[in-house]
Amino acid sequence: MTGEFLCVYTVYMNKHRWITLSQSDPRALYLQVIEQIRRRVAVGDLPPGTELPSIRQLAADLSVSVITIKRAYLELERDGTITTRQGKGSVVAEKPGLSTAITQRELESHLNAAAQLGSLLGLSKTEMQRRMAEACENLQRKQK
Amino acid sequence: MSIAIAPPHTKTAAAALRGVARTFKHFRLDNIDLEIEQGTVNGLIGPNGAGKSTIMRIMMGLLTPDTGTVSVLGQPISSREAGAKRDIGFFSDDMRLYKSETVAFHLQFVRSLFPGWDEAYAQQLLSRFGLIAGQKVRGLSHGQRVKCLLLLILARRPKLLILDEPTNGLDPVARQEVLSELMQIVSDETRTILYSSHNTQDVEQISDTITFIDRGRVIARNNRDEFLERWRRIRVQAPANWQAPAIAGLRPESTFGNLRVLTLDRYQAGVEDRLQLSGATLESSETMSLEEIFVAAVMRGREENEL
Repeated sequence: MTGEFLCVYTVYMNKHRWITLSQSDPRALYLQVIEQIRRRVAVGDLPPGTELPSIRQLAADLSVSVITIKRAYLELERDGTITTRQGKGSVVAEKPGLSTAITQRELESHLNAAAQLGSLLGLSKTEMQRRMAEACENLQRKQK
Repeated sequence: MSIAIAPPHTKTAAAALRGVARTFKHFRLDNIDLEIEQGTVNGLIGPNGAGKSTIMRIMMGLLTPDTGTVSVLGQPISSREAGAKRDIGFFSDDMRLYKSETVAFHLQFVRSLFPGWDEAYAQQLLSRFGLIAGQKVRGLSHGQRVKCLLLLILARRPKLLILDEPTNGLDPVARQEVLSELMQIVSDETRTILYSSHNTQDVEQISDTITFIDRGRVIARNNRDEFLERWRRIRVQAPANWQAPAIAGLRPESTFGNLRVLTLDRYQAGVEDRLQLSGATLESSETMSLEEIFVAAVMRGREENEL
């Protein structure tokens, strides 16, 4: 699909592609940056102490605005994924407090959306609980 | 979710327009206030004929405003001499190259006029833009001609770039080449870019600040993600006599039948609950693309202006 080729921007770190942004993703770009850096940290691609590119450098490499990266770094710093020292740039934190805050907020909004859809379909609270339990069981089965 | 962004320590304006107005026979530029912060990329979006080029021409001193003040790179525009324009790079689609001369001729020509010319950078750009030095301008495609013009401006290493529709008519690959080159430029935080387009897609990706212009007025100004977070399209089911609750920035988009579509430009958590409490049933609350937001903002601006 040509659209995909044109809308995806990737950044290479040590010759490896490490961030890929998609314009067809309806979320804000800074959220995509946050999510991808958090994933990289979570799976160990970016071990503690890894230096991240400067805000302006990453913005230039991804061809996105400086403010996008600034906001992503700020949020990553707040949730403890990275630490920034004035004038020294950002590094992956020693004990990345893996971002429970953001994931929690995300879960919250998905649950609200599910509740809304449920009420549109006229499902009862018990029925919704049963469906949620079912979804959890399905996931466990897949992971085994 | 709103996140406070720490204000940059020192805000230096690369350019500022204050209360700028200019009346033409069929068009009026009305009280424009615009501050361009150093080190940022600023997108100017507006429909054709909105006043984007007029604003840029005023900043370049090519047009004088009837009222208001303009300062560029710390100097009032009125007292600017040709020498001071060395630090500004201006691009406009109606600039011409010599058809029967080569790309190399133009590089040589501009180089002889500007002492700040960076030949190594010019050569890099030549290869990054896929241009051939020995090719005559007559044989260039539209995209190559635009890239050649941009090269001639960028290689002078200006402090402020004022680009009028630089990506207009470019194919997606060429557009990407140009956008990524612009971002490389602001990796140096003393350089600033102002560029215009009638297409939100050209502007949204790299702009720190996006300004919507319509009919000679600034109608909204923000960064992309902030625009996306503030605007919502909300669909509700409501009885015929339903009155929308007084929520700041909430407007009906369509009021036909029981299903109503509303747009909101100041979204806050809890808005959906307030709508439910007012007797409407919420169907959905969606984020909008920047293009949809742009169109909605233009329409709102026009309605308000006509009241």
